[in-house]
Amino acid sequence: MQQVAGDHAIASKPSALDARSLWRAARNVFPFVVVGAIWEAVAHLGIFPAQFFPSLETIAAVFVHLTASGVLPHHALHTLLRLIAGFALAALVGVTIGVLMGRSRRAEDYLLPLISIGAPIPGLAYAPLFLLWFGPGNVPTVLLVAFVSAFPIIYNAWTGVKAVKDIWVRSAQAMGADNRRLFRHVIFPGALPYIMTGLRLGLAQAWRILVAVEMLASVQWGLGWLIFGAQEFLNTDVMLAGIAVIALIGVGLEKLVFQPLENYTVVRWGMVTS
Amino acid sequence: MTAERVRSLRRGLTSILVAAALYEVVARSGYFAPALMPTVGTVAHTFLTMLLDGTMFIHVAATLYRVLFGFGLAVAVGLPLGVLMGRFDPVEHFVLPLASALMPIPSLAWVPVFILWFGLGDTVTILIVFYAALFPMLLNTWSGVRSVNPIWLRAAGAMGADEQALFWKVIIPGASPFIIAGLRQSFLRSWIAVIGAEMLAASNWGLGWVIFDAKQFLNADVMLESIAVIGLIGFATERLVFGSLERATIYRWGMARMATG
Repeated sequence: MQQVAGDHAIASKPSALDARSLWRAARNVFPFVVVGAIWEAVAHLGIFPAQFFPSLETIAAVFVHLTASGVLPHHALHTLLRLIAGFALAALVGVTIGVLMGRSRRAEDYLLPLISIGAPIPGLAYAPLFLLWFGPGNVPTVLLVAFVSAFPIIYNAWTGVKAVKDIWVRSAQAMGADNRRLFRHVIFPGALPYIMTGLRLGLAQAWRILVAVEMLASVQWGLGWLIFGAQEFLNTDVMLAGIAVIALIGVGLEKLVFQPLENYTVVRWGMVTS
Repeated sequence: MTAERVRSLRRGLTSILVAAALYEVVARSGYFAPALMPTVGTVAHTFLTMLLDGTMFIHVAATLYRVLFGFGLAVAVGLPLGVLMGRFDPVEHFVLPLASALMPIPSLAWVPVFILWFGLGDTVTILIVFYAALFPMLLNTWSGVRSVNPIWLRAAGAMGADEQALFWKVIIPGASPFIIAGLRQSFLRSWIAVIGAEMLAASNWGLGWVIFDAKQFLNADVMLESIAVIGLIGFATERLVFGSLERATIYRWGMARMATG
């Protein structure tokens, strides 16, 4: 009887799963079909000039053409490199400062006022100042991205270290852990969920600001510059293709970088359930 | 405890004073041109001049008008839509995929497109603010409505509450910690977006525009004091407006713990 029930479950499971996932996929695609159809209708009816409101075929053709000629990947690569450079700098400095503030009362007292003053100012406001100080190009862009994404990283690392349960620290000490082992095996893993949240928020902030900074900093390559430059020639199709790449990278960052990383560390250690 | 607080305060003040003094020393050393790195006194003087001749007020008013218009629009659309998404599955299935596709696009990436579509001016800035503020509002309201304890809904239903009473007396208060968090996050995004949009879609007034325009004339003092004003307004809104909103609603209703969790 058990066996039969098991066989039945095995036999019926895949098809039921397929139907359900197909249904879910269709449900997710449906809104895009509706919006795409409306877009096409508006574009083909000629309510707006085609130059300002290109049809989806045109955007797709431009996208394929720019990708095949290597222009779009080149722009995307430069944007990604800036993002990585700025974010890596922010992560390194931010986690260090945050952990230091969480562990040492002195560091907290001295650093917190400065950070509280800096944090509420939108990073973009500094952009012209950075351009003035460091000249146009990569240096101010990377520094500004790092500056902006450092704040959430610092805050979360600081909160995370302070949130490590006192009893864990004391029991580790009672079991004879020295400072280094205490940090590596108790404080760092304990603070990790917060640190990951901070890194995630920091990367999101960096991403939101980077494209705008590229527009302002007149760098040679980069998706922001691609979109901004296309405005001069009224190439709406190029702009929208660029925005599509930006959306793809944004989704990719979330799905490919953070979710796996979080699963690998925090969820595996049982700190949060996935 | 009080001795400890005094020590924290003293250390905090020391670090601010040291930072300011360090800046002043570098600015006065002449290592950088004074136009690029003005002294604290010059910045304060510029601030007072712009305050007294009234230009600062016009810039602030222009920026506030754009940010409040866009933010208000985002709340007017995002709040009802979020509630509908939380209450009705078909709405959720339709809006959520679109929102997840549009959300990762930074609002400022749309600036050049919007300039082509709507021309230079307030419309672009307001729409960019709207785009930036819409998604946090929408998604927070949605998760807030979904997180309302089903037992409360059933209890209210059993006690004879009709749809309207259910909505105003149970769902909205129950979702309020999330809604307030959404308002807060939306405003933060709006504030960043308005500065960026003003820089890119140049008009004639506005705090973002002032900073960007000052770059042409190497007026670092104007930049620094505008940055300070931007920071002050952002800080004040965060503390005064949203702080008191929270005290008047979720703290009074005893839901503060949910807001932080």
